[in-house]
Amino acid sequence: MQIQVKNLTHIYSEGMPYESVALTDVSFEIDKGEFVGIIGHTGSGKSTLIQHLNGLLKPKSGSIIIDGVDITGKDVKMRDIRRKIGLVFQYPEYQLFEETVHKDVAFGPLNLGMTQEEADERVTEAIGLVGLDYREIADRSPFELSGGQKRRVAIAGVIAMRPEILILDEPTAGLDPKAHKDILQMIERIHKVQQNSIILVSHNMGDIARLADRVLVMDRGKLALTGTPAEVFRETDLLESLGLGLPPPAHLMRELQRRGVPVSGDILTIEAAEEALYRILKNGKL
Amino acid sequence: MDNIIRIDDLVFEYKREDQLEPVHAINHVSLEIERGSFTAIIGKNGSGKSTLAKNINALLLPSSGAVYVKGFNTADEARLWDIRQAAGMVFQNPDNQLVSTIVEDDVAFGPENLGIDPGEIRKRVDDSLYSVNMYEERKKAPHLLSGGQKQRIAIAGVIAMRPECIILDEPTAMLDPHGRYEVMEIIRKLHQEGITILLITHFMEEAAEADRVIIMDEGRVVLDGTPVEVFGHAEEIKALSLDVPFAVDLADRLRRRGIKIPENIISTEEMVEYIACRFK
Repeated sequence: MQIQVKNLTHIYSEGMPYESVALTDVSFEIDKGEFVGIIGHTGSGKSTLIQHLNGLLKPKSGSIIIDGVDITGKDVKMRDIRRKIGLVFQYPEYQLFEETVHKDVAFGPLNLGMTQEEADERVTEAIGLVGLDYREIADRSPFELSGGQKRRVAIAGVIAMRPEILILDEPTAGLDPKAHKDILQMIERIHKVQQNSIILVSHNMGDIARLADRVLVMDRGKLALTGTPAEVFRETDLLESLGLGLPPPAHLMRELQRRGVPVSGDILTIEAAEEALYRILKNGKL
Repeated sequence: MDNIIRIDDLVFEYKREDQLEPVHAINHVSLEIERGSFTAIIGKNGSGKSTLAKNINALLLPSSGAVYVKGFNTADEARLWDIRQAAGMVFQNPDNQLVSTIVEDDVAFGPENLGIDPGEIRKRVDDSLYSVNMYEERKKAPHLLSGGQKQRIAIAGVIAMRPECIILDEPTAMLDPHGRYEVMEIIRKLHQEGITILLITHFMEEAAEADRVIIMDEGRVVLDGTPVEVFGHAEEIKALSLDVPFAVDLADRLRRRGIKIPENIISTEEMVEYIACRFK
């Protein structure tokens, strides 16, 4: 078990008029190398939850044990946590600040106390991993790049620290279809090469269904449901009541079932939908 | 045909520091937009969609060619306010468009600038807030609202100007699925009320709801037609690094395996209807 979250509760602005409970008694575990998707309505506690996992927020109660160490403890060094857990925020390109791409990506590794040589090596590796050409881009200003490129540079800045756990909050928000696809392929590549655990927060059910080994469903600060994508997206009524949709192929199959067409419900990808519909339609082929 | 917008051989170019030759963001585009229509414009980043939109309400002016809104040439400075009043714009990031600390003040900003009578402003603000379902929140501070709500306030601010046309540049890109649904519902409603809609989007399911879809690439119009006509070119669209709606993609895959699916199926609802009917 790499991450154990036990009875996590968080309250914002405690004792103030705006006091609100953001997380209530959340417990789950994540294994080393797992790819976990987190879904939930805006305000369901997804971002609050992931900010706890790298120590940005401290819980009101409960514990977060990472590789045997409770990171909510008083004598835990933040630097050790951040070295292990990389967090990519929403719209991370807003956090670019250096003169060159190289310097921006090197900022994290240097901050961790690496020598310039070590950091340079990490930068080259990270820029390659996010699918950019180091020689072409290293000396350019990050601000003159396209939106998709900027985002990849920002992600490179996090993976240059080789985190064992990489958390990404809506990494494809606001991108065009091509950049969206590129970022997802990049995440799969990082997962494969760095063999790290990935926690992906997304509103795109299709992406979650395709990529995640396991899905956590958040609702009003509570963990409402957890399971494999097939298990989670089978709970259509519950998801609907939480204001969440289904991956498009699952939605199609569900509507067909409602109309009495004999198809299986556990269909999450377009390939599987094609196969299922081919089987039932081929006899009526004209 | 009654056209509210006419674009004649529009070229828009700009200089980039590191290049000698100017970049053609818009490369000889001619288009007419019919009054009351709902047009979706899609294309990858850098294809010229937003530049085109900004040329329509005179935020940018043509390098050559001309753009007419309600017959006014956008290069005619004397008509600038007529043009901006007739064609309002909504942008991607709701946080960049709200100027006031109270919702109703924000919506009143535009009409106040036009020097309209206070009683009339009150009425316009209320009407606009009702029409985006935000009247209840009129006294709230915008930063306490959700993304979808903020975007609806931005739309209300545009409606308060009584425009004939609204240009929305990726209004749902930063919203969650619920916020997207809310904003699309308002867009549909405004269209039904007769306002001309120009929607720039990356979501193909949204484009499929329009009367007309225009696909841009490298500053040119590459496809233009009804959603059924345009999404019938699935291969071409994919070659431009764009997606097609899920139902179009699925129908295409089945057709390649010899299953006959009518060409006019572009939404999941239509696909369900068709298959369910075959099973009756």
